[in-house]
Amino acid sequence: MEVYEGKASFKGIAIGKIAEMKKTETVVRRVHVDNTEHEIARYHAAKEQAQAEIMELHDKALKEVGEAQAEIFEVHSMFLDDFDDSVENIINEQSVNAEYAVATTGDNTAAMLAAMDDNPYMQARQTDVKDVADRVIRDMNGGSGHGNEFTEEVLLVADDLAPSETVSLDKSKVLAFVTREGSTNSHTAILARTMNIPALCQTPVPKEADGKLGIVDGFTGKIFVDPDEDTLKKYQNLADAEAEKKRLLKELKGKDTVTRSGRKIKLYANIGGIGDLNFVLENDAAGIGLFRSEFLYLQSNDYPSEDEQFKAYRTVAEMMAGKEVVVRTLDIGADKQVDYFKLDKEDNPALGFRAIRICLTREEVFKTQLRALYRASAYGKIDIMFPMITSVWEVERAKQLCREVQAELTAQNIPFKQVPIGIMIETPAAVMVADDLAEQVDFFSIGTNDLTQYTLAIDRQNQHLERFFNPHHPAVLKEIQMTIEAGHRHNTWVGICGELGADPELTETFVRMGIDELSMSPSSILPVRKIIRDME
Amino acid sequence: MKQFQYKVRDPQGMHARPAGILSAEAKKFTSKLTVKAGGESADLKKILSVMGLAVKCGDTLTINVEGDDEIAAAKVMEEVFKKNF
Repeated sequence: MEVYEGKASFKGIAIGKIAEMKKTETVVRRVHVDNTEHEIARYHAAKEQAQAEIMELHDKALKEVGEAQAEIFEVHSMFLDDFDDSVENIINEQSVNAEYAVATTGDNTAAMLAAMDDNPYMQARQTDVKDVADRVIRDMNGGSGHGNEFTEEVLLVADDLAPSETVSLDKSKVLAFVTREGSTNSHTAILARTMNIPALCQTPVPKEADGKLGIVDGFTGKIFVDPDEDTLKKYQNLADAEAEKKRLLKELKGKDTVTRSGRKIKLYANIGGIGDLNFVLENDAAGIGLFRSEFLYLQSNDYPSEDEQFKAYRTVAEMMAGKEVVVRTLDIGADKQVDYFKLDKEDNPALGFRAIRICLTREEVFKTQLRALYRASAYGKIDIMFPMITSVWEVERAKQLCREVQAELTAQNIPFKQVPIGIMIETPAAVMVADDLAEQVDFFSIGTNDLTQYTLAIDRQNQHLERFFNPHHPAVLKEIQMTIEAGHRHNTWVGICGELGADPELTETFVRMGIDELSMSPSSILPVRKIIRDME
Repeated sequence: MKQFQYKVRDPQGMHARPAGILSAEAKKFTSKLTVKAGGESADLKKILSVMGLAVKCGDTLTINVEGDDEIAAAKVMEEVFKKNF
């Protein structure tokens, strides 16, 4: 197995036979001619034919890949019109053949574009100019024909691909593009995006790879030649998952998450930072059900300032454009340690100083976060959620701090909105007093990871306990049921944001229990949407 | 001779598409149209020569029009610049 690395210009996985693009080499010789008029006439005849071909390509591109892709051929046509002066000059002044004059004109123009160091777009147009020149030269010598017809699906490898080459290809047979040159600005890259297939450029794969089995990884920019069994298996699984995702996306994007009998479920995404937002939008989440605010603290060497936090929350609120964003306030301690908090070492951190317990002890730290959240609320639809609640007084105190922050902002004339308040249900205590808690808040979100650990008294990191650990334990399911019922008695909506929320075996159970919202990693959203849409 | 100036607003600067539109429109006139950017000038009727100016967003271009239909050409081309570039 050999691996070659280049630049990924479009992501995706493709497995297939590697096929080297066959090019009709245009070797141009400089020949002295006496009858320059005849050469000029030859040029014009070939040019006319070339223009007709370019228009044909334009129409083909228009049909297959759309107007944006077709436009480049209009530009080609204009490039060719501009060749006249230079070609005629060279023929007349140097008494040379038309082929040489066209090739020289193409080279000179390409060199001019190549010299634009600070403009990668213009540099990428070299390929277009050379493409036009080659076409005219071919037409002077009896026309074209690449011989690139494939009987099976291939990973197409080439030095570089001209737009006319990509358009004239039978695209139903191409699984991926790999070029040794080219850039992420090239037409091949743009075409790959339109076709939704992986593409690599600047990848030094040798010509000898032609005909061998290959894997293109458009996520990491690699091509594997003659992959070993393990690699092949791994990528086959990845490719299957990708294909399934694409199919689901196409089918389910933009559709409601609703059962056949008409019950709507809010399908939200869990995110751990702003970088995840693209996946959220790509997978069509209806909102964010768990925005873990810890990342702001974990990636920093000191307490993040109010402004820093405000900017992050605001960005998320704005990017979600009016969709609900549930931000969980600081949840550190236990397995998530931050040096500058200077927390004591504990014998039993899971039962120790963490989450809301830290926040209600160091209220100034907590209030900084609350202020940032309220300020960001003016820019979208933000909800605030408190973690690790066991008692009603904790919620009352946290809400009191929210009121203080609101009063401060009002006094300072800083805009904010009314923010729904919710809590995590992740301790058995919270389940038992869920009725009292529900009176205090607008929503519950069940954190099944901690709830399972605290209910079963099992540390999930301890591998000796695996056989005792049952994520579908009836005790946990019963707690979920109790929480939903308590919430609904008080008009409090109830969701699940732990791993169980994305467990396809339990989706139906939760919907029947009356769950209002399920929040999960973005990649699980569409598969779960499918299950719900198939339910009665 | 007619002359007008234009400040480029297209964030990408001069790329193939507007250059193509400009030269296509310029070819409809018999007048000679020259575009100047920095110290260099180009024939507006030739897309490759216009692209060669490597015009960037914020650059100021000076366009000279000379010929029989220069009044109409200057007027129309100024609109074309505003609309596409």
